[in-house]
Amino acid sequence: MKTGLTRATLALSAAALALTGLAAPALAQRDPAYEAARQTGKVGEKPDGYLGVVAGADAALQKIVNDINIKRRALYAQKAQAANATLEEYALTAGCLAISRTAPGEKYMTPDGKWMTRGAGAPIRDPRCP
Amino acid sequence: MKVAKLTNRARGAHKVPMGGAGRAGAVAMVVLGCGLAGGCISVSAPDKPIVIELNINVKQEVVYRLAPGAQNTIEENSSIF
Repeated sequence: MKTGLTRATLALSAAALALTGLAAPALAQRDPAYEAARQTGKVGEKPDGYLGVVAGADAALQKIVNDINIKRRALYAQKAQAANATLEEYALTAGCLAISRTAPGEKYMTPDGKWMTRGAGAPIRDPRCP
Repeated sequence: MKVAKLTNRARGAHKVPMGGAGRAGAVAMVVLGCGLAGGCISVSAPDKPIVIELNINVKQEVVYRLAPGAQNTIEENSSIF
């Protein structure tokens, strides 16, 4: 009787934890400085899955980019291991998708290393991109 | 007196090498056959440099396999994407 109740409570709290765990990152917004740098084309998405500084890198912006790239790399490493893939494979896949979801006006890098401004059409991506 | 002989004497086991004219003819036939049947492959160096693509070790099939999961990863971590 008592064990049944404890088990139910445990299951409930686990479910609640899972819910909040899933919901919290989805609601997370970009840092305002990062969002502004994207919109003004100071930073852009690279095909290797990381963020790049397009031009005029001041120390503050470079730090934002570095911090995000360190977080991305840790995330790629963890997810790649879970998916039985290499870090590079996962990062390139994420790069394909990150370039796809750039908004018009934002910057992205083509496979041959040129910075482009995203227009209304499809971006130029690696031929291996899905 | 009659000499005892084996009927149909066998030829010598040693084969006489092909003589001058015969050999020249055989060589000519090999060269001719090669040219006529197109059996010769000519190899020449490519005129363009060989380009090796970056990240060649990442295969398209792997990218396709990872894409659905990676899409979720990006959406769940939208603050850094």
